[in-house]
Amino acid sequence: MKSKNSWRDGDSVGVKPARRWRGLLGLAALAIFAGGCRQDMHIQPKYLPYQETPFFADGRDERPVVPGTVARGHLRLDDLLYTAKENGEVADKFPFPMTREDLERGRQRYNIYCTPCHAYTGSGNGMIVQRGFPAPPSFHIDRLRQAPVGHFYQVMTDGYGSMYSYAARVEPEDRWRIAAYIRVLQLSQHATIEDVPEVERPKLNEQAAGSR
Amino acid sequence: MSQIFHPATNVLARVTIFGALILVAVLGGVLYEIELSPFYTSVNVTREQPVPFSHKHHAGELGLDCRYCHTTVEKSSFAGVPPTQTCMTCHSQIWTNSSMLEPVRLSYRTDKSIAWTRVNAVPQFVYFDHSIHINKGVGCTTCHGPIAQMPLTYRAQTLYMSFCIDCHRQPEKYVRPRDQVFNPNYVAPANQMELGAKLVAEYKIQDPRHLQSCSTCHR
Repeated sequence: MKSKNSWRDGDSVGVKPARRWRGLLGLAALAIFAGGCRQDMHIQPKYLPYQETPFFADGRDERPVVPGTVARGHLRLDDLLYTAKENGEVADKFPFPMTREDLERGRQRYNIYCTPCHAYTGSGNGMIVQRGFPAPPSFHIDRLRQAPVGHFYQVMTDGYGSMYSYAARVEPEDRWRIAAYIRVLQLSQHATIEDVPEVERPKLNEQAAGSR
Repeated sequence: MSQIFHPATNVLARVTIFGALILVAVLGGVLYEIELSPFYTSVNVTREQPVPFSHKHHAGELGLDCRYCHTTVEKSSFAGVPPTQTCMTCHSQIWTNSSMLEPVRLSYRTDKSIAWTRVNAVPQFVYFDHSIHINKGVGCTTCHGPIAQMPLTYRAQTLYMSFCIDCHRQPEKYVRPRDQVFNPNYVAPANQMELGAKLVAEYKIQDPRHLQSCSTCHR
């Protein structure tokens, strides 16, 4: 085990006290001014996330969860919410109503986790694709426009092709919100002037004229 | 009876008295400087890491959001060091032959953690929580410095109590709009004090008297 000592180095847990004191001995002459150099409070006998421990063979103080563990109050009874399946079929509806806040949250999460590959418009030409990652399909092709919304949830949960699972990074509810936002993106790329409410149309025409 | 001390010893007496005072002052000054120097604070000192990970490349040039890797920063006291799976999300396809990334692939194959060297840490009697700071509009770069320009990660601030208390006294000096918290290139506007005061009220940031109470951070 590495032992760069003193709390300032951070990776100090599991450091043998004797070695820590040896390092401090050199500073002992300055101790009168330092107001006491004991490190007992700096490095407390407790484990914090990501610390090392010699106690377990793999050296991690955070223990992997035993497969099948259910945290109290977290039993996943809602099949639609957690598996996007209904009667064995991929569901084409949301497990909870999508409000404007949900869509905003979906956009935010999409921009964080999806844009590196799928790009802000869903075209599939994000920055990481430009750097050599295999391009995902655009969200605007017919197959994905017709895919049930549960399909997107399942891809985020389980991964697809060269895309890894995002289950550890995005909560189930947020995955649904992202799926909803993908629907928003799809709409945005296939909208006509007929989809715009009458009252808003002049505003849009104005903008279009202005940008020309 | 003759004098015990020669008149010249008067000078010696003055020199020793004032000399002692000066010596104490100089020693104090030297210690103070040492305490604030990178030698002691590690500020601006890059750490050797198993993989020379560049925040400049990932957060700066590629524009990845901080939360892409540090997923728990909004809801936990710890921002979260990404598991190897996060690295491999891209690096299973990109730079797959790079010897620099071998420790990452090894970690993924063997399920053994990559032993990163921690850069930012506070003593364990400080109860720091990322989520509350993020949710109250404290930006990443306020404490972590110009992270998107760091080819190798270093500590940007001392993280001494004086650093923390500066903001706890006057949060309006640093608080940003929530949608700018993760913007690594954010520059405070000219009317920061005005905007800050407005945001402090809007985000219901507690009164500085409470923010400065000992038990806010030491409990």
